[in-house]
Amino acid sequence: MPSSAASRSVRRMELFLGFLKVGLCGFGGVATWARRVVVEERAWLSEREYASLLGVGQVLPGPNTTNLAVMIGDRFQGVLGALVAVASLMAMPLAILVLLASLYERFASVPDVAAAMSGTAAAAAGLVIGTALKMARRLQPTRLALFFGLVAFLAIAVAGFPLVAVVVVLAPLSIAAVWLERRP
Amino acid sequence: MRPAPLAISLWQIAATFASLSLVAIGGANAIMPDIHRRIVDVLGWMNDTTFANLFAIAQTAPGPNVLIVSLIGWHVAGFAGLAVATLAMIVPSSLLAFGAGRLMARFARLRAIAAAQRGLVPITVGLILASGVVMGRAADHGALTLAATLGTALYVFASDWNPLWALAAAAAASLLGSWLGIAG
Repeated sequence: MPSSAASRSVRRMELFLGFLKVGLCGFGGVATWARRVVVEERAWLSEREYASLLGVGQVLPGPNTTNLAVMIGDRFQGVLGALVAVASLMAMPLAILVLLASLYERFASVPDVAAAMSGTAAAAAGLVIGTALKMARRLQPTRLALFFGLVAFLAIAVAGFPLVAVVVVLAPLSIAAVWLERRP
Repeated sequence: MRPAPLAISLWQIAATFASLSLVAIGGANAIMPDIHRRIVDVLGWMNDTTFANLFAIAQTAPGPNVLIVSLIGWHVAGFAGLAVATLAMIVPSSLLAFGAGRLMARFARLRAIAAAQRGLVPITVGLILASGVVMGRAADHGALTLAATLGTALYVFASDWNPLWALAAAAAASLLGSWLGIAG
């Protein structure tokens, strides 16, 4: 895992362009693309810094990725950075969305478009799965972390429990486990 | 789909989504059943079919899942509705994330904060993996789409190349498959 990138400075224009790309590419949800841009391409944050910010964004109410954009933007460029990050994250998807919705009736009934979309949707699922596995590998989890990650995965994907319930039960347990494990 | 000529005030839109913003733990997808209940059953702003179509469009477009809210605003009150719904949904939660981000940065050295951040990481990764599998279950309805999901997951896990190549390849493969008459 790369060492801490917290000391890196990121200019407002970089935030703007980075989150513009995240929004534009973000098929199948944005968290995977945010990681791609923020950790892999531009090295604004280390894998662990990213994962822990995303974790905070996930337990807070509201869209994970706007929460994440707010925190990353603020971290590098204060209030203005947070505004820039959120606005650039939302701009392109909103424009595309309105365009798609306007064309919907024609666009959905063309068989070629439907076929290409179904392939893209399937690949987007793979993108999310691959990203999670890659994060897991690079974070070098302890046995305890592996356990909680696995339980969270099984609770949602196999048992089908509601997300809020899973987070409310598992987050305190996992945090308590870390606390006890690292007791001086 | 064009915006319906319904007399719904922007205030109503703002109040509806602002009240959802701070309960949306897990993001927009987690409160989708609640959004559906309010918009279709309680407020009667649209019927079931329209809601399902809007949801499908929002899933198709790149960008954060919260865009379904923007689309609902657009559908009921045009561009002003889009702007009001989007802002109502993300401003309250963004303010909270901003405050939380500042607090975490300020007290990063406290053992409790460090434990909270570390403890959330495995759950975050587990939830991402789970959402990928859930997306895959919805998107994979044949050998071709299953291969697209698995292939993309492997590609992303094993390489640092741009995932867009895998998405494009999957779209092309599905298109080819449909021309040759190979099921999904």
